[in-house]
Amino acid sequence: MSVDYKALKNGGFMRQVQKNNFSLRLKVVGGNLTAEQLVTIAEIAQKYGAGRVHLTSRQGVEIPFIKLADVENVKAELLAGGVETGVCGPRVRTVTACQGSEICPSGCIDTYPLACKISERYFGRQLPHKFKFGVTGCVNNCLKAEENDLGVKGGYEVEWLPEACTLCGVCLKACREGAIEQAGEKLVLHSEKCNNCGRCVKSCPFDAWKGTPGYILSFGGTFGNLIAKGEEVLPIVQDTETLFRVADAALAFFDQHANPSERFRVAIERAGWAPFKQAIEEAYHG
Amino acid sequence: MADFLIDETVDITDVVCPVTFVKAKVALEELDDGQILALRMNDGEPVQNVPRSIKEEGHKILKLTENDDGTYTLLVRKVGD
Repeated sequence: MSVDYKALKNGGFMRQVQKNNFSLRLKVVGGNLTAEQLVTIAEIAQKYGAGRVHLTSRQGVEIPFIKLADVENVKAELLAGGVETGVCGPRVRTVTACQGSEICPSGCIDTYPLACKISERYFGRQLPHKFKFGVTGCVNNCLKAEENDLGVKGGYEVEWLPEACTLCGVCLKACREGAIEQAGEKLVLHSEKCNNCGRCVKSCPFDAWKGTPGYILSFGGTFGNLIAKGEEVLPIVQDTETLFRVADAALAFFDQHANPSERFRVAIERAGWAPFKQAIEEAYHG
Repeated sequence: MADFLIDETVDITDVVCPVTFVKAKVALEELDDGQILALRMNDGEPVQNVPRSIKEEGHKILKLTENDDGTYTLLVRKVGD
C-alpha cells in the first residue's frame, strides 16, 4: 500500500520516527478547548494512541502513536466529539491567543473572538510557506506577538479627561513609561513615550483617562531556523475591518512575492520593506 | 491628606507582591463601608499595581501622596461590607 504522506500531513498527521505511527495534530483556536473536546481527545488517545497527548509550543494538541490503519476512524470519532484535525505544511497554522480582556485584568482587547475570526478567514489557507498568526491582549505580550508572521497586540490609545480628574496621583505612578507628567493642575501625556499599555486607564479611580482599544500589528516575525522580530509598519489599527484588509494585503503580498518554501520574512526582505510597507499602507487607508 | 479622616493605617512596605495586595485586602475587610484606610507602600511595583488592584476590587481610591522617606500613602474609601 502506497502512503500519501503529503495528504496525511495536510490533515495534520505528522510522521513519527516509529514506522506507521503518526502524531495527530488537532485544531485548537486561541488555546481554548471545551471540557467535551478534552474528553473526546482523552478517549482517542486512550483507544488509538499511547494514552497521552503532547501540548505543542503554539497552544496545539497532538496525539502521538496513531496507527496508519486507524486514521479514518480516528478522524471520524474526533469529529463526532467536536474536534477537528489541525494542519501542517505551507499554509496558515493555528491561530494562538492569550486569554485577553474577557479574563485578564491587563487585557485591552477581546482576543478569543478575534482569534476565531482570523482562524475562520485564513486557517489552512495554502501559501508559499507556513504562516502564523498570534493575538495578544496587551503590551505585556504573553503571547509573543512579534514571533508570528502576523502578530496582533492589543493596546489603548489614551486621552486625559480633565473634568473628571482630581489629580490623585495614581496614574503618574501606574505609568511605567514616564509618559504622564503633572504640570500644575494639568496632566501632560507625552505620546512619544506612551506604549499603549492602558495602565493609566485601568488604574484611574475617577475614569479620567479614556482608552480606545486598538490593534498593534507586526509583520514578518519568525522564531525557528531564522530568528527575527516582527516589525510594526502601521499606526495602531482601530477596527477589525481595517485589520482584515491589512491582513488580506499581507497574505496577497506573500503569495505574490515569495518563492516556494520561502518564509514571509525572507520574502519581504527580498522584495524590500519599502514596497511591502506601501502595499500595507494602501490597505490600511482602504 | 487633611481633607480626609483616616480610620485605619496599614503599612505594606514590609511585604512583597502578591502579599502587598493581600495585606491591603485583609485590612479593608476589617473596615465598615465608607471608612477610610491609609496604606503606606513602597515605590516601584507596589505603587504601580496596588492602587489598580484595589480599584478592581471595587473600593474608592481617594489620593496618592509621596512621603518624605520615598514611600507612598494611598487613601482608600471602603465600598461594600
